[in-house]
Amino acid sequence: MSKLLLKGGRVIDPAQGIDETADVIIDGGLIESVDSDLNINESNVLDVSGCIVAPGFIDMHVHLREPGQEYKETIQTGTAAAAAGGFTGVACMPNTSPVNDHRAVTELIIERADEAGSVPVYPIGCVSVGQQGEALAEIGQLVEGGCVAVSDDGVPVATAELMRRALEYTRMFDIPVIEHCEDLSLTQNQKAPMNEGSVSTALGFKGHPTAAEDIIVARDLVLAELTGGSLHCAHISSAGALRMIRDAKARGVSVTCEATPHHFILTDEEVRTFDTNTKMNPPLRSKADVDAVIEALVDGTIDAIVTDHAPHHADEKAFEFDLAPFGIVGLETAVPLACDRLLHRGHVTLKRLVELFSTNPARILRLGAGTLSEGTVANVTVLDLDRTATVDVSAFSSKSYNTPFDGWELKGWPVLTIVAGKVVWKATT
Amino acid sequence: MPKTKEVETNRPGDAGDLTWRTQQQAASLKSKDLLGIEQLDAGEIQLILDTAHHFKEISERSIKKVPTLRGKSIINLFFEPSTRTRMSFEIAAKRLSADIQSISASTSSLVKGETFVDTVRNIEAMYPDLLVIRHACPGAAHVLAETCNAGVINAGDGAHEHPTQALLDALTIRDHKGSIENLRVVIFGDIAHSRVARSNIHCLLKLGANVVVAAPPTFMPCNIEALGVEAFDRLEPALEGADVIVALRIQLERGGKISFPSPREYFNLFGLSRDKLALAKNDAIVMHPGPMNRGVEIASEVADGPQSVILDQVSNGLAVRMAVLYLLAGSGPAKNVETAA
Repeated sequence: MSKLLLKGGRVIDPAQGIDETADVIIDGGLIESVDSDLNINESNVLDVSGCIVAPGFIDMHVHLREPGQEYKETIQTGTAAAAAGGFTGVACMPNTSPVNDHRAVTELIIERADEAGSVPVYPIGCVSVGQQGEALAEIGQLVEGGCVAVSDDGVPVATAELMRRALEYTRMFDIPVIEHCEDLSLTQNQKAPMNEGSVSTALGFKGHPTAAEDIIVARDLVLAELTGGSLHCAHISSAGALRMIRDAKARGVSVTCEATPHHFILTDEEVRTFDTNTKMNPPLRSKADVDAVIEALVDGTIDAIVTDHAPHHADEKAFEFDLAPFGIVGLETAVPLACDRLLHRGHVTLKRLVELFSTNPARILRLGAGTLSEGTVANVTVLDLDRTATVDVSAFSSKSYNTPFDGWELKGWPVLTIVAGKVVWKATT
Repeated sequence: MPKTKEVETNRPGDAGDLTWRTQQQAASLKSKDLLGIEQLDAGEIQLILDTAHHFKEISERSIKKVPTLRGKSIINLFFEPSTRTRMSFEIAAKRLSADIQSISASTSSLVKGETFVDTVRNIEAMYPDLLVIRHACPGAAHVLAETCNAGVINAGDGAHEHPTQALLDALTIRDHKGSIENLRVVIFGDIAHSRVARSNIHCLLKLGANVVVAAPPTFMPCNIEALGVEAFDRLEPALEGADVIVALRIQLERGGKISFPSPREYFNLFGLSRDKLALAKNDAIVMHPGPMNRGVEIASEVADGPQSVILDQVSNGLAVRMAVLYLLAGSGPAKNVETAA
């Protein structure tokens, strides 16, 4: 493989404390050097002056739907969407059909991702057999097959006992247990379609209270402290949950957490349109919760921005609000949403943005990535912070286009995605 | 609140009185649909009530039919079981000579395997002028209205809105109290699951009433005060000084044992007995949207007593639905009513 030179960009690599205008030489799929005034053979030079050169972004929470629901998304279309969204890797949740509770499924996912050839996929295995919440899945086998974490995502780990054992058992493999924090008895077993608050009262919907999230976060923080296992709380949306996580981190509990763009941008007021693309789980919350999520993104309580990319076919979203499935796609909107709403509005620094999208998810999943240090695999995301464009679902690489952000004009977009030294996506203009 | 002229207090049954016309009234409804009271302004509400007032007389004739909506096609889409609302719309349509077809689907479109949007498209292809929809999911009528060209009347969407019920309640209160402004109206019972409560709150506040809600905390939705009402967790203090009392049906099929222990305990704490009624003003009227659970939310002697106007509500329901069908499917404002009738 020949060399590639990224010329004249502003390199941000929080892992090494780098923020400077520099050139990057990639050789044999690895970072060879990051320095000023580097030169190679002209033909392989990409001029990235005026752009941000960052270690590859990783979305540690996506649903790729394959195997089993290929009409919503496939590994091929999902990873293409990831590349087009500036991501150089994604971690996929196990609630496929069949669920990823067996090494054969894990290996199938990795094989399909290799065939697709755009960005690597890091499978997340089930905590429990069949995601049924009764017996531990063969986590050792899942890890050998390539799983980087375990989760029963979609539902919480059913009992405190099982969660305790999962947190203990995974210590052998040094992987996190990723929890979907929701007390199902408080959400009428996921029949409550939106946040409980003034809006649910006005619209007459059953409400999903933040207490449902907080209770499982509280349970799991206690268990993480008891066991010394690594807990990662998925898509946190509640101010109360963030207070507890902040407090637990201060006491040294091994806990990390993530938030989605929709939870730091939209409130439950959006549901007044009855647009089923405003229905997701956890639901859009109150303004106070949105403000708390932003505060936690700033102060480091939240470690990662994820999409919870949840493709659904348009036909499925055409049902009544109560009956439509939860979730929206996010891979092709997350980075511009974060640039526009967090960076350009002055909430977070560029360094923090890169930590949230790259450094931290790589650390949480122990990927040995999320940096541009010499000798590491050359996964690179290049951003043009001045680029303004409109979200257009008809141009999505994803098979599905269930998003409330269609038509939003946003500033700050990915322009180049490099995986192992190879350009897997480049903006068209 | 719009400034209204003084209206003489009407006695019940004072049907020929035209003083209603002096109230500030809109010339027509702004939307092709009636999705909820939330979207209406006070002038539009007055227009519907005034129109309904004039339509009452038709039902008292020996030949109960006028040709006003001849040739208009109305479809009643009931995705949730209903007897009285469906029948009320059917009779209202027939008295105006419209063609009405009722479709009952006790199950949702999902169970039938057809998407809601497909169901709607199929019905729209039959060129109805108006669709009346009852559905268990909030927002179903709104989605229908966005999707199709026909006018849509929400006959109840989950626990969200039931606008014609609120309008018939307002008409009944106006019949008995003359004006709604400054009345103390108490709505009590299962507020959380009640679309009647929500539509009534919007309607009565727009007409200038003071609205009070009372419910056990397990039946009170979160932050109800944001809608502009005063909330109580006991019935007695709410009833003090009340002009109008609206009892809501306890949905025995929904609350289960988690929201209240037993119908007996509910009646002891929240049933409108004669003793509790005595806390209200002497001339307070008692209403109930039906169907009633006698001995649960209301004692029989109150439901059948002199202060009860429950059957007036049913009659007014017919007049209000005639008015709404006329205003949405007809071709003009209320001034044409008399000639048409």
